[in-house]
Amino acid sequence: MKFSLVIQASPFSHQSTATAFRFAQTLLDEGHELFRVFFYAEATLIANNQICSPQGEADLPQQWQTLAEEHQLDLVVCIAAAVKRGVIDDNEAKRYEKASGNLRETFELSGLGQLAEAIAVSDRVITFGA
Amino acid sequence: MSEKKSVLIINQKSPYGDAAARESLDIALTCSIFEMPVTLLFCGDAIFQLLKDQQPGKIQQKKIEAMLSALPMYDITEIYVEHDSLIQNGLTDEDLCLPVTLIDQSSISQLINLHDTVLTF
Repeated sequence: MKFSLVIQASPFSHQSTATAFRFAQTLLDEGHELFRVFFYAEATLIANNQICSPQGEADLPQQWQTLAEEHQLDLVVCIAAAVKRGVIDDNEAKRYEKASGNLRETFELSGLGQLAEAIAVSDRVITFGA
Repeated sequence: MSEKKSVLIINQKSPYGDAAARESLDIALTCSIFEMPVTLLFCGDAIFQLLKDQQPGKIQQKKIEAMLSALPMYDITEIYVEHDSLIQNGLTDEDLCLPVTLIDQSSISQLINLHDTVLTF
């Protein structure tokens, strides 16, 4: 079955993003397809490559990146939600005249149209809310 | 893009205490631009999103009501409100800024069943 996930909660204040990660891992292990993961609202914070995860705690951004590299996942971060939270790629850094971008590898900034497409083509869309 | 999936967006959060109201509306409008039939359901504190005469300027917020009034232009006219949530807050559909359909809690599962995709806020 073809799945897409929508994650809305802050990766540091809510369990949601970690639950979504385990859900993603499990559905891939079970042989399903993960069409797209869409990070929206506070969940966009996960794509900031300046995050320093505390020692001894799960490094959720790295876990997503590794999973994405293993399975060629499409990790899309809502551009409007991300930019206002200071998560920008090099293009946006130029546009807003910031010193540099800070978008983590394997994550991509894009618009809500990517979510609409995910809804259109997926058998199941699962929301992980705040 | 393949066939058009119908989308039900369930709103549960108050209009200004949480950004969810605006984030949810943005998705509703986007799905509509992609010609997907969109239905909105408001329950719990989300009914306050629909109140007439909101004055969020006083807390430096934009009016949700203004965005809501654009819904008919986006062909989003299926708007459901959980009836008990209105009653519990001493409100009626007369207090709301859009024409809505009242729905009992027990019928929400049917509404969910009628849609291909459900997003919750």
